[in-house]
Amino acid sequence: MGDGTVSLPQLLDWLSRFSALVTENRTYLTELDSAIGDADHGVNMVRGMTAVMEKVGAAPPEAVDALFKMVGMTMVSTVGGASGPLYGTFFLRFGTTAGAVTELDGATLAAALRAGFEGVIARGKAELNDKTMVDAMSPAVDALDAAVAGGASVSDAAAAAFSAAEAGREATIPLVARKGRASYLGERSAGHLDPGATSTAMLFESLAGALAG
Amino acid sequence: MKKLINDPSNVLAESLVGVAAAHPELTVDHFNRIIYRGEKTRAGKVGLISGGGSGHEPLHGGFVGLGMLDAACAGEVFTSPTPDQMQEATKVVDSGAGVLHIVKNYTGDVMNFEMAAELAEAESGIKVESVVTNDDVAVEDSTWTAGRRGVGVTVLLEKIVGAAAEEGRDLTSVADLARRVNAAGRSMGMALTSCTVPSAGKPTFDLPDDMMEMGVGIHGEPGRHRVPLAGAAEIARQLVEPILADLDFTGGPNIVMLNGMGGSPLIELYLMYGEVKKLLDAAGVEVARNLVGNYITSLDMAGCSVTLLKADDEILTLWDAPVNTAGLRWGV
Repeated sequence: MGDGTVSLPQLLDWLSRFSALVTENRTYLTELDSAIGDADHGVNMVRGMTAVMEKVGAAPPEAVDALFKMVGMTMVSTVGGASGPLYGTFFLRFGTTAGAVTELDGATLAAALRAGFEGVIARGKAELNDKTMVDAMSPAVDALDAAVAGGASVSDAAAAAFSAAEAGREATIPLVARKGRASYLGERSAGHLDPGATSTAMLFESLAGALAG
Repeated sequence: MKKLINDPSNVLAESLVGVAAAHPELTVDHFNRIIYRGEKTRAGKVGLISGGGSGHEPLHGGFVGLGMLDAACAGEVFTSPTPDQMQEATKVVDSGAGVLHIVKNYTGDVMNFEMAAELAEAESGIKVESVVTNDDVAVEDSTWTAGRRGVGVTVLLEKIVGAAAEEGRDLTSVADLARRVNAAGRSMGMALTSCTVPSAGKPTFDLPDDMMEMGVGIHGEPGRHRVPLAGAAEIARQLVEPILADLDFTGGPNIVMLNGMGGSPLIELYLMYGEVKKLLDAAGVEVARNLVGNYITSLDMAGCSVTLLKADDEILTLWDAPVNTAGLRWGV
């Protein structure tokens, strides 16, 4: 098992970093979505994460499961589109699996991320290489699992997950979309970065940042 | 961007204020962004709810009223509404006879309505049935796509199924009729220009003056093919041919809709309808009823779509039944 644990303040920092990253990249995400979707991914993610930070800031839950239930429900009820149910389900499952604790060890973090990922698959029914957020999330979760199993610290494991998410994000460029609005473009969706995979890479960038050092 | 708006992030909220001001016969829940009929659902009548991203007006809010919907949930522009909106609307319109959700086939819409139906059934025990419209022949229907988009047939379905619900039919038969109507309809759309999402501030895609997009949906997404701009007769041919190739519309009456995307004037829509009618006549397709105008739009996009629906005596009777909504009104 890996060294170190993840504290509640670090998980809050993860959310806060993710909120800041999508806000910083609002225009970029929307531009990616304009090319192959409907030009709203940046705006929607910012609306959702802003609402999350307001809720969490007003009454910070004292256990991991309560925190992520609040995050998940807020995403579901403020984002809309496909991203709302997908990110919402991710956070809800993450919290349920983590449980009523205030600290996660590496194995529990890995299990919670895996459960979140499986929730995304169950809700969206996408597979690897469909040119969706799954293409960044699947390798990230695998990398974190492998790192934790290999005895890495949680910060090294999160860094490995971020690298894998970035690689997965870049790998969406040549793909032809098979799920989501981009799939309507057929072959014309190839040659573009997937906006969902891009925001998911930001989710793991934020996690790596919050757990670093 | 030149639009009749104030702050781009308040477009939906402020538009709903206008809807409420213009239509005192409707009830607008500004917090949940739901448009209801002014009176409660009659006991025994199945409730009909639809919803989706905004920017397609009059769909769906303009179709709330006698003979059509009981409630419409408005999402942000081109973004599905959220499950809590549909859950709330489901609770409000249920008279005990259950509720039908009319959902256009888009990944987000389907997921949010699914979550809403699960929540409504789990928390309130309300019977919910769903119909997902998917009539767009521009999208290959295969395991390799999210499936065909729900477009024009949604308008015709809301009218026909709304009349059936008004007759007091039960939830199962209303849902079965909805699925039958969806299966009998096909659509194809095209764009002369892109559209501008207020929060994005610029056109979703660039389209040179001498080109057009064939096979567009209703969200300003680029179409299936970019082809050289042509005259109306040729555009009509490119819209009608794939529809007729997909389903046999001969041998019975049909309902035809020539729908504007929001930025094309009625004079052009009627001209296009004339071209479409010629092609249908030549192909032996009988047009029993028609609808020409802006019914399911894509903000300020210039362009149009054609929808054909195979009808029968029952469907035509339901089509002719009284309807009294902001977007469609006859027989009252």
